Amino acid sequence: MQNSIEVKDLTLNFGSVSVLKNMNLDVAEGEFVVLLGPSGCGKSTLLNCLAGLLDITDGQIWIKGKNVTWSEPSERGIGMVFQSYALYPQMTVRGNLSFGLKNAKVPQPEIDKRIARAAAILQIEPLLDRKPAALSGGQRQRVAIGRALVRDVDVFLFDEPLSNLDAKLRSELRVEIKRLHNQLGNTMVYVTHDQIEALTLADRIAVMKGGVIQQLAAPLEIYNRPSNLFVAGFIGSPSMNFLKGRTIDGGKAFQFGGTKIDLAGYDGGAVLERDDAILGVRPEHITVSTTPLAGPSIPAEVEIDEHLGADSLLWLKAEGANMSVRVPVEGRLPAGTKVHLGLDIPKASLFDAKTEQRI
Amino acid sequence: MADTSLAMSGPRGAKPKKALSPRNIMLYGILIVVCIYYLLPLWVMVMTSLKGMPEVRLGNIFSPPLEITFEPWVKAWSQACTGLNCDGLSRGFWNSVMITVPSVIISIAIASVNGYALINWKFKGSDIFFTILIFGSFIPYQIMLYPIVILLREAGLYGSLTGLVLVHTVFGMPILTLLFRNYFSSIPEELFKAARVDGAGFWGIYFRIMLPMSLPIFVVALILQVTGIWNDFLFGVVFISKSEAYPMTVQLNNIVNSVQGVKEYNVNMAATVLTGLVPLIVYFVSGKLFVRGIAAGAVKG
Repeated sequence: MQNSIEVKDLTLNFGSVSVLKNMNLDVAEGEFVVLLGPSGCGKSTLLNCLAGLLDITDGQIWIKGKNVTWSEPSERGIGMVFQSYALYPQMTVRGNLSFGLKNAKVPQPEIDKRIARAAAILQIEPLLDRKPAALSGGQRQRVAIGRALVRDVDVFLFDEPLSNLDAKLRSELRVEIKRLHNQLGNTMVYVTHDQIEALTLADRIAVMKGGVIQQLAAPLEIYNRPSNLFVAGFIGSPSMNFLKGRTIDGGKAFQFGGTKIDLAGYDGGAVLERDDAILGVRPEHITVSTTPLAGPSIPAEVEIDEHLGADSLLWLKAEGANMSVRVPVEGRLPAGTKVHLGLDIPKASLFDAKTEQRI
Repeated sequence: MADTSLAMSGPRGAKPKKALSPRNIMLYGILIVVCIYYLLPLWVMVMTSLKGMPEVRLGNIFSPPLEITFEPWVKAWSQACTGLNCDGLSRGFWNSVMITVPSVIISIAIASVNGYALINWKFKGSDIFFTILIFGSFIPYQIMLYPIVILLREAGLYGSLTGLVLVHTVFGMPILTLLFRNYFSSIPEELFKAARVDGAGFWGIYFRIMLPMSLPIFVVALILQVTGIWNDFLFGVVFISKSEAYPMTVQLNNIVNSVQGVKEYNVNMAATVLTGLVPLIVYFVSGKLFVRGIAAGAVKG
């Protein structure tokens, strides 16, 4: 299948500051790629480069098999949705939707047709003659999506489109964007710092940090097999437990404090013996028991017990390290309880503490 | 039940306010004094201008006229003499209009585009350009008077209205550019980006997106420029060489300060009020618009 977007060796410097470093990214036709990362990681900058709103320092950008590196934003065949909606306040919704088409000299009947279609898809027909000030946040964002929709383009770029909405609307619109993607089949690139949005929407997630893509993979792959410590810690809430220790017995076991943990069944490369290693285990991959477990188990003490409704979080102290464990509601334990922890090694991740890479 | 009746008898609803509290006496007292301070000169001027000369000579400057006459106003407008010309302030008025209107329009048009370009179309050295522009506004006018006279002479514009319009336009540039630049910087950048994705160019975005959102700042600039240029005396007296071309302020000065004949205080007062009328009207008319424009605000999430 042809790639919809190809970013080749993209580099961007602001003065002496390097924002994007030699970046390569291919997005397949109809794919939904989410750029995820903390503030300042360059994800919005990358999107702005794709849109042509920022001049790049080096590299190429191809969209639909065309080199658009030097093209104007309007010539790139993209539609863009912004965090602050960016609706033109002095125009009605109809005016907002038709502005780009009028600039492109699309004939009026065609404009009317496209607006009618977009309004029907987004269910904003009753709002067409209102000004943006008379719309709610969710409605405004719908109109903003509509503005990208009427352009009849192949690539949609979303720049944190849901960040200004409250939690309820956010999840509603999230589902709607997903539905839109299924319905239209456009290529979508979506920037967010919200990992829930990333995990639910994406076909593939690009986790970024410091202007570099750390890992580009399907959501579950990212969640289950993070390629380095940063990705492991960034994805998941509460974040993954990191146990500092070393691998022994030729890489067959992990020494954590006074406990020796058998690494049988670990899903990864050759472990070898390493003096500095980190075992990462997600809170839901730990079993808690008040009686000693059959295999090796880590002794711990409950510090705080948090109820989340559907389940509970136990915050524990084990071998001097803080850990969190997700347990069913009926598994709650009062603070101060002495417990034993068992780890689900096949679902755990092992990192080299020096290179921070997954082993 | 006892509890309920107790609860009902206590303070409830809006707290009563005393009309004559120390705070109110202080507040309104000061406001009234300040109002009198500012309005008294105007009162004296208007009253004097409505009196005939015999009544003026009585010296009761605060008293209203016994016999109202508009003679001084007519005289100030159409008959007062400056030097050999005796066609009143009307000539100065039209000169001032011919100076102010083009100066205001040209300076605002250029400065608004300046501010827009400095914020949204940053070019190499745009920050330095802006710094130099702002620095220009700190140089005292007096330093530049003579060089500008020479420049205008070399350009063949010295003494003409065109030259004065040019000077006013240039001198308004730093502060107006700053004004527009700051206002445009408060317009979300994403709006500008959205317009670019929608295919609008430099002028398209300026006219279709920025201008309609910027009425308040245009009104502010209008007030600043109209009052500033209308009230200007220095440039008018330096850069205009023929007395027929003097702006209203210069002509007013010549009428009031003329040493020949009798001092006609009533005519002088009428002439002064006439000259001040234009800025006054600008304040009254656009002040309301100004506040409304500010209050309208921008779309927020």
